Amino acid sequence: MSHLLEINKLDVKFDTDEGRITAIDNVSLTLDQGKVLGIVGESGSGKSVTAKSIMQLNPGNTIYNDNAEIIIDGENVLKFTSKNDLKKIRGGKVSMIFQEPMASFAPAIKIGSQMVEQLMIHKPLDKNEAKNISIDMLNRVGIADAEKRFNQYAFELSGGMRQRAMIAMALSTMPKLLLADEPTTALDVTIQAQVINLIKDIIKEFNMGVIFITHDLGVIAQVADDVAVMYLGSVVERGPVNEILKNPKHPYTRGLLNALPDINNLDAPLTPIPGNIPSPLERPTGCVFRTRCPNPTHDCREGNIEMGLIEISSGHWVDKCCINCG
Amino acid sequence: MKENIVSVNNLSVSFDYQENFLSKKQKIRAVNNINIKIKKGSFFGLVGESGSGKTTLGRAILGANKISSGNVIFHDDDRDFDLTTITSKEMKEYRKKAQLIFQDPYAALSPRMTVRDIIAEPLEVMKITTSREETDERVRDIAAKCRLNLEHLRRFPHAFSGGQRQRISIARALVSNPKFIVADESVAALDVSIQADILNLLKQLQQELNLTYLFISHDLSVVAHVCDIVAVMYLGHIVEMAPSRELFSNPRHSYTKALLSSIPSVDPENKSKAIELQGEIPSAMNPPTGCVFRTRCPNPTHDCKEGNIEMGLIEVSPNHWVDQCCVNCA
Ligand SMILES: Nc1ncnc2c1ncn2[C@@H]1O[C@H](COP(=O)(O)OP(=O)(O)OP(=O)(O)O)[C@@H](O)[C@H]1O
Ligand SMILES: Nc1ncnc2c1ncn2[C@@H]1O[C@H](COP(=O)(O)OP(=O)(O)OP(=O)(O)O)[C@@H](O)[C@H]1O
Ligand code: SF4
Ligand code: SF4
Ligand SMILES: [Mg+2]
Ligand SMILES: [Mg+2]
Repeated sequence: MSHLLEINKLDVKFDTDEGRITAIDNVSLTLDQGKVLGIVGESGSGKSVTAKSIMQLNPGNTIYNDNAEIIIDGENVLKFTSKNDLKKIRGGKVSMIFQEPMASFAPAIKIGSQMVEQLMIHKPLDKNEAKNISIDMLNRVGIADAEKRFNQYAFELSGGMRQRAMIAMALSTMPKLLLADEPTTALDVTIQAQVINLIKDIIKEFNMGVIFITHDLGVIAQVADDVAVMYLGSVVERGPVNEILKNPKHPYTRGLLNALPDINNLDAPLTPIPGNIPSPLERPTGCVFRTRCPNPTHDCREGNIEMGLIEISSGHWVDKCCINCG
Repeated sequence: MKENIVSVNNLSVSFDYQENFLSKKQKIRAVNNINIKIKKGSFFGLVGESGSGKTTLGRAILGANKISSGNVIFHDDDRDFDLTTITSKEMKEYRKKAQLIFQDPYAALSPRMTVRDIIAEPLEVMKITTSREETDERVRDIAAKCRLNLEHLRRFPHAFSGGQRQRISIARALVSNPKFIVADESVAALDVSIQADILNLLKQLQQELNLTYLFISHDLSVVAHVCDIVAVMYLGHIVEMAPSRELFSNPRHSYTKALLSSIPSVDPENKSKAIELQGEIPSAMNPPTGCVFRTRCPNPTHDCKEGNIEMGLIEVSPNHWVDQCCVNCA
């Protein structure tokens, strides 16, 4: 069976005043229908840029490598040039829930009008049908008095309501592929559970594939089938969620799990991964994590390590240098 | 010395909702008759349902929202600011004392300004410093406290990661030397490692600079770790308030219990301990009579269902306050 989404050898660079920044370095991922791929990783590790690459939403200063492929339904979206091609992905086959809800709603248009408009672009519906579907979705994401909220502007909603309205809008088109970038950060845990259940129901109902970006490892544990861990533009470890969370191999993955505040032990200090993330302008040679690794070898320190994932047990991939790292 | 830095007394804030020009105005009751006192030097946590009024309460304390009834008093060492009657001249003074740390470290920082200029801007806008040298000194000083180095100050924000950007936002909020900080979801956008780092920084600055925080967050594990006292909001009301350890080990209100049970576990096999809330999510335009939680409460009594319950906090053990109806709720 072919994959719903296949990313092969993707590099993404940005031209900036201060030089060329490498945001994504040699990333390969696959996602099947009906599955959830979680992406976790440090701020600035390239999670959002990866998602935006799939939608071709990166800005004008973006440079992709020539041999990269992002294949959806057998077509390489990186080769799409015409508006019509792009329309197939944006909001058609693919929907995105953006990390910044404020940026996704125009400030001077009521949220309902925006939902209806976007739904009518992608589905053959009349205004009334689109309105009913939108209000129903607002209800399903837990917004009370949805008919009234439908008539409000984004600034009149609380942070979490805005986020839910965005989720409702993205789900209402029933995409084949949903890119959810930190979709539940603004929600309390009871509403979060409800929204996650809704997304799971819709996955089942429509056999949708989802990329779920979050820094909340608890959420990952509850929604994802597989997880990819990113650091400074590279996927350093990936595999089935259970395996990665219970048997992490890469020191960065271990560091993330270790930094998690434990609600059952309030006396434990909060333990960040020591050191700072290098600026993207000063990307380390060799292993990207070596400036912060607790146990680098001599070769690691010298930058002599070559990166690349290998499979150490069924479906569990880790950077080859790190199979035995301490 | 005064014990409290902020007193919120019977505070209500509502907004108008109008379907169109012709229809009748309705009220959204965002904050409903709230009483809290924030002790000087405390890390005061505010958690609760999305849309329950946390941001509105924080903004009201900062003087950024109108107050519909009740009052908010800020107790400075030598004087009080009454936010209900504050003049625009006093407001200028008050802005130096009470600051907000933004949620989104990306949106909050202008991409066209250097980090130095971003941090210096409040000093210039509030006319706190009188010379460039003085400004530079203040900026360098607070940047060092937030662990940003001199080289960072010359650069533009896009060259920084989320964690470093959040340190820049914190430096900007602290440069005017405030005493009280509202941190509204300030670590929500950060991964767990950077989050831990920023929280340690906030704690350390609290000691060094004698700060008081109102810390609004959905991340209950974080709140449990950093806050001394926590208030839980539901539909405009505070339904429970207690010292952190007490609240997390001995929650009394049904909503608090449901909330604590829903923290997602990092163990993928552990899926089922959450108390699922059924029933209709009530609206702030038309809140239930009696107990506001009754439409979703797992175990309402007959009186609860009829709306005969009167709300109001009572103290069930030292400093542990819970809605009176819910002292014994299951
Ligand atoms: N338009 C751009 N121009 C220059 N650099 C950019 C641009 N967009 C992103 N970057 C850089 O690319 C890197 C990856 O950013 P990205 O937004 O993907 O991170 P992220 O993993 O989503 O982080 P977070 O968890 O903070 O959202 C960062 O260093 C960022 O500063
Ligand atoms: N400017 C405004 N105009 C109209 N209604 C508003 C405005 N600001 C807030 N509200 C309403 O007040 C209520 C409380 O919102 P608030 O933003 O305080 O919630 P919150 O607890 O911070 O939620 P979240 O956790 O989702 O951020 C909501 O019903 C919201 O729609
Ligand atoms: S390759 Fe070396 S530096 Fe990199 S994570 Fe492994 S041990 Fe650490
Ligand atoms: S007062 Fe009644 S309805 Fe309200 S939380 Fe307690 S038991 Fe439930
Ligand atoms: Mg991102
Ligand atoms: Mg809020």
